[in-house]
Amino acid sequence: MSGVITEKQVITAVVKLLRKAETELPDDVLAALKAARDKESNPIARMQLSAIIKNADFAKENVIPICQDTGVPIFFVDVGCEARINFDLEEVIRKGAAKATEEIPLRPNAVHPLTRESSGNVGPGFPDVIFDFVPGKNVKITVMPKGGGSENMSALRMFTPSEVDDVKRFVIETVKNAGGMPCPPVIVGVGIGGTFDKAARLAKKAALRRLDKTPDGFEQELLEAINSLGIGPMGIGGDTTALKVNVECAHCHVASLPVAINIQCWAARRATVTLEG
Amino acid sequence: MEYTLKVPLSKADVLRLRAGDVVYLDGTILTARDRAHERLLSSEKIPFDLSGAAIFHCGPLMRKNKKWAPVAVGPTTSARMSKMAPELLKKYDIRAIIGKGGMKGVVDALYEKCIYLAYPGGCAAIATDQIKGVKEVHWLDLGMPEAVWVFEVEQFGPLIVGIDAHGNDLYAEVAKKASEQMKSL
Repeated sequence: MSGVITEKQVITAVVKLLRKAETELPDDVLAALKAARDKESNPIARMQLSAIIKNADFAKENVIPICQDTGVPIFFVDVGCEARINFDLEEVIRKGAAKATEEIPLRPNAVHPLTRESSGNVGPGFPDVIFDFVPGKNVKITVMPKGGGSENMSALRMFTPSEVDDVKRFVIETVKNAGGMPCPPVIVGVGIGGTFDKAARLAKKAALRRLDKTPDGFEQELLEAINSLGIGPMGIGGDTTALKVNVECAHCHVASLPVAINIQCWAARRATVTLEG
Repeated sequence: MEYTLKVPLSKADVLRLRAGDVVYLDGTILTARDRAHERLLSSEKIPFDLSGAAIFHCGPLMRKNKKWAPVAVGPTTSARMSKMAPELLKKYDIRAIIGKGGMKGVVDALYEKCIYLAYPGGCAAIATDQIKGVKEVHWLDLGMPEAVWVFEVEQFGPLIVGIDAHGNDLYAEVAKKASEQMKSL
């Protein structure tokens, strides 16, 4: 039936998306890394950036994963309000992730949080699928395979309204404390406002944003302060610690000021496909 | 300085390196991350030899057709293994620890004994190309990323000496400067 999005279409799209995301670094990320290499004054740092760029080119050319940590696939789905779907979209996206795990292949990264027993790449609540409703008939699926090393360096703090001036310091300090652990140069996703969970979601979306949008004054100020720390690529010194700081805001409770920081490694993998309804 | 060294490594190999040197390795390296470290510490006998060894903080993505082959093999965050490193280095004659991001509180444990080598993080595609063979796998019951994989490598690098055997730690120097800068912001 025309106009109806099928299960098969979704599974095929998810496999294709994951393959692209895992093997091809987005053009805006590659451009930012090249710009960082070209202006880097520290020779060891330049060597790190050259290896990163060579690695990205080699992965794309040979259609192999950029990084062995093929990450936690996080799906962002924009569902058109008039889209026609007659199945459990979340469940089918998970089926696609399982298929991609075999075919690409992806590293089996899902474990029970306490027993640490592996469940492949699907399991209760895994992978995460986030839905938003948008106008139109289409379904747009974006995947962000998120590495563990950078995710572990993320932070969330519930500030009080009188502590607005401490937000900037919290962001810079989080990047400083992470040092070389999250594979810098990083992308810093900052979520300000909302609730405890909303702030984290905003930070994740900020980390997902493209790097070629002109930063606002606050983002630029944070970026310059972070890069003045001298942590550099892989934490062994250099001019570029972060490629970009992206900030997303939402209104929050009059008594609250939640701030979340999601750190994204240089391997900022993402890919998007639109299924036409 | 730039060096190509053959594993197993001698104490003399390790002592001539200084923080900031660039190293390429030929020979055999063994992967070991969180759970392999725990088992290495709790085991009385192990089924492989760690004298002069280079261990690699790595959870590889492997594929088995008839034989195991590497798909994507690269360094994982070494800091997770920091607490276990001193005891590990007391128990085994490991000469090089390969990983990324540095380790905390290991300078004394490495002193005149072992070096920390940093592979560029996230660069599994080029690292996999430098793996010329999969010799063995041990402890596969821990799961693919946590098992001990024994790889034959050629010109494995660029590896930066992040922490040398003379008490120099690039990461600690960078962190100190970053903290000073933080105060001025």
